[in-house]
Amino acid sequence: MNPQPVTITFDGRPLTAAAGQSVGAALASQGVTAWRSTRKGGRPRGLFCGIGVCFDCLVTVDGETNQRACLVEVCEGMEVEGS
Amino acid sequence: MNFGNGPRGSDVLVMGAGVIGAATAYFAAQQGLSVTVLDKGLPASGTSSACEGNILVSDKELGPELELTRYSLGVWHNDLAEHKKLWEFESKGGIIVASRESSLASLNRVMAVQKGFGVDVEELDQAALREAEPHISPEALGGASYREDCQVQPMLVAAHLVRLATEAGARFIADTPVTGFMRDGGRVTGVRTPRGDFPAGAVVNCTGTWAGELAAMAGVEVPVLPRRGFVMVTEPLPPMVHHKVYAAEYIDNVGSSDAGLQASPVVEGTPSGTILIGSTRERVGFDRTVSTAALGLLARNATALFPFLERVKAIRHYHGFRPYCPDHLPVIGHDDRAPGLWHAAGHEGAGIGLSAGTGKLLAQALAGLTPDLDLTPFAPARFGEARPQTASREEATA
Amino acid sequence: MSVTVDVAVVGAGPAGLAAAVAAAEAGARVAVVDAGNQPGGQFWRHAPETVQRQAADVQADGHGHHGWNTYLDLRARFDAAQHAGRITYLPGLQVWMAERSEDGFVLRTTPAVASAGAAPVTVTADRLVLCPGGYDRQLPVPGWDLPGVLAAGGIQAFIKANGVLPGKRFVIAGTGPFLLPVAAGIAEAGGKVLAVLESSAPSAWLPHLAAASGVPGKALEGAEYAAAFARHRIPYRTRSIVTEVLGSDRASGVRTARVDPAGRVRPGTERVYGDVDVVGFGWGFTPQMELPVSLGVETRLDADGSLVGVVDDRQQSSVPGLYLAGEVTGVGGATLAVLEGLAAGAAAARPDPGVPVKPPAAIARHRRFAQAMHQAHPVPAAWQDWLTPDTTVCRCEEVTAGDITEAREDLGARDVRSLKSFTRAGMGWCQGRVCGFAAACLGAGPGEAPGAGSLAGSAKRPLAAPVGIGELAALDG
Repeated sequence: MNPQPVTITFDGRPLTAAAGQSVGAALASQGVTAWRSTRKGGRPRGLFCGIGVCFDCLVTVDGETNQRACLVEVCEGMEVEGS
Repeated sequence: MNFGNGPRGSDVLVMGAGVIGAATAYFAAQQGLSVTVLDKGLPASGTSSACEGNILVSDKELGPELELTRYSLGVWHNDLAEHKKLWEFESKGGIIVASRESSLASLNRVMAVQKGFGVDVEELDQAALREAEPHISPEALGGASYREDCQVQPMLVAAHLVRLATEAGARFIADTPVTGFMRDGGRVTGVRTPRGDFPAGAVVNCTGTWAGELAAMAGVEVPVLPRRGFVMVTEPLPPMVHHKVYAAEYIDNVGSSDAGLQASPVVEGTPSGTILIGSTRERVGFDRTVSTAALGLLARNATALFPFLERVKAIRHYHGFRPYCPDHLPVIGHDDRAPGLWHAAGHEGAGIGLSAGTGKLLAQALAGLTPDLDLTPFAPARFGEARPQTASREEATA
Repeated sequence: MSVTVDVAVVGAGPAGLAAAVAAAEAGARVAVVDAGNQPGGQFWRHAPETVQRQAADVQADGHGHHGWNTYLDLRARFDAAQHAGRITYLPGLQVWMAERSEDGFVLRTTPAVASAGAAPVTVTADRLVLCPGGYDRQLPVPGWDLPGVLAAGGIQAFIKANGVLPGKRFVIAGTGPFLLPVAAGIAEAGGKVLAVLESSAPSAWLPHLAAASGVPGKALEGAEYAAAFARHRIPYRTRSIVTEVLGSDRASGVRTARVDPAGRVRPGTERVYGDVDVVGFGWGFTPQMELPVSLGVETRLDADGSLVGVVDDRQQSSVPGLYLAGEVTGVGGATLAVLEGLAAGAAAARPDPGVPVKPPAAIARHRRFAQAMHQAHPVPAAWQDWLTPDTTVCRCEEVTAGDITEAREDLGARDVRSLKSFTRAGMGWCQGRVCGFAAACLGAGPGEAPGAGSLAGSAKRPLAAPVGIGELAALDG
């Protein structure tokens, strides 16, 4: 299976992902394991439950804040920002 | 925590470990009285756990309620000052917003009167309002700032006051519903529970929305009824709303006796980043059915006040039952119709704010002192003569 | 938009797909609401169908999936019913509220992903089948909040959906047979599994083999995993746990130890695995109970300590017209979920069949097997001893074990409800879905298991999913 590569940006820098991948998968498979820090302790967070339950992987997608990176599918030109 | 192994008698038996019962127990213990607190569940299981933790001056009717409010505020700031951190006391201040010329005019009239009674209120023009709350709707015309308005985490207030009372010698017993009263002639001399009888010199009814039911068991009428309110909680956000912000129409609803669904926006940020969106008022008994009508109304009102909320998510909501009396005044003091029985209930939506003052005043009276503030306007006997007492209490309402 | 049907089904995993197909084939008009973008749920999660693929890719999706032929069969029937207009399929939507109406049920939905373009739909139905499935149950340990620590099921979902691995060197820990396919899947996809740590012991299986004998398929699965473990040289260490995840900004290793049957660490058995980039944890599953609980169904504690719904022979709950299938009736895996879904869908389509309907004997066999499995893989009684006071329990609100102990001891907080009030555990984004079980245990006290009341307090989520305030504002009462 070799889906089309798509290019997204993460915090402004380009990242290659496979079409159909989740944002979380695109980040994790490029070695980005954390993209958010917690409110109280400033601790790094990324994927945890992987299925939309835990909300640990929240990310801003095309300006829409607090989206679950494990559920959002990448598409060409998508702008992803951590928080 | 004690679980009732010691002698069962005490000077004061407090029924209910919500904020009112907790404050009463705390101050009674400070007066040197021996105190037992019973709750049918755990502390803060009723309305205290389903409210916003308001300590408000801004929405009070002139008269006895405002006087009690100001007295209570003093108790929060002085008597309880050392414990503020325990319950996240926050002097956030309240802002009333007017979005119509007519409501602005009413607000200005209210402010003028309040100032005459010593309330710390400041008029905000459009620019000042926007400076205080940058995300307020562009339609907002002006407002009033109440610096005295505060907030606490009400469950922590109740739980810590119970804990502090027990440290001062009081005894707390959870999961113990009162099923009847011990009587000596007309006098109430204690309570009956599934764990046995608890004799007491004074029995204090601090059971909130259930106060009417317990009073009836003692043969007296205390017409405390539930008024349902929904509050919505948003996702955690960076600070966007800095005060307790509500619409001028809110004041009308607080004093209203309309049974139908009412809501006016009350929007406030919390230390945890969530924004609370309140609140509805409806008289539907103890109905716990979630009402999409109520949620829709809350959402529309809140977005009218703060348009950015349109794109924010709600992550939960909760509802509670405000214990109210038909004349919108609480019932505080000795019940001459059933000697030995006292009440502190019916504070409606103001119970958290009024709890500190209520507890201190009642403790003074229980100790045989003259209370700092005259409790006559709150006297239970205002509801008429005693009736034949009912034998026992049915299963407690959920 | 609104849809009115005879039967609404929530979930399109094994139970939901089966329920929808059975109801539609029995003549009902059916609507299926599912958070996923395509049918399959977590168990039959596969590569996105939106991406242009060859027939061989569809077959490849089945790789590592048990019961893939069952899925293909159900999927074909599902597609046919959809094509015939008997099933209205509503993907990408989460139910944020389920209400009982005068003569049925109303589901309010919200898009699972804001940008995906699905519009909220209100579904009105005479009967409702809830098949919301479950997710990995978690027990906190020091360091479990570091990036690189994932739910075991999350790792599996990641591989199934994305065809890549979330890291290179894995340690999988917890309890239960589910750890086996997770580890095998990682190895098949090219990852290195340094160890699988199982807190229980294989000998715990022996007393329950009799119960298992009724379901030969399960024995076959076990043999396949054993072969995969041998092929990839995956060490399987029983009576072993991860006591701490090591690392500062991300997981880089684990400290492990051997435990006694109660889960107490055996001194002197500690060892460190360095050079680990993904740690997967799974302690069984937590059924998604918020919708059943919000509709008032009777609940019970299952053998694994989970709160589940009580159902009758036809999968009907204590609420007339409300059927439950899959993990919400007791965690039991996909085969059982399909059987229950078929029964629930048929019953919902024909609530009064005229003649008594007996449940398939296979349901009873699979339930017995599941019970045996739960008994063989208990949550270790002493797990609370693994915590330090500063171990995070509630990840969302960053509430520590120490905070919870203090609330229990000083303020008398014994259940999830009062712990929420006093510590904010379970008050954040996930609303206690992840920490609920652990918090309930901690409220009960060391060595104690939580009661149904406390777990029901945790499962009580008046909003079953986050919903936009703008969407609520558009509600017309």
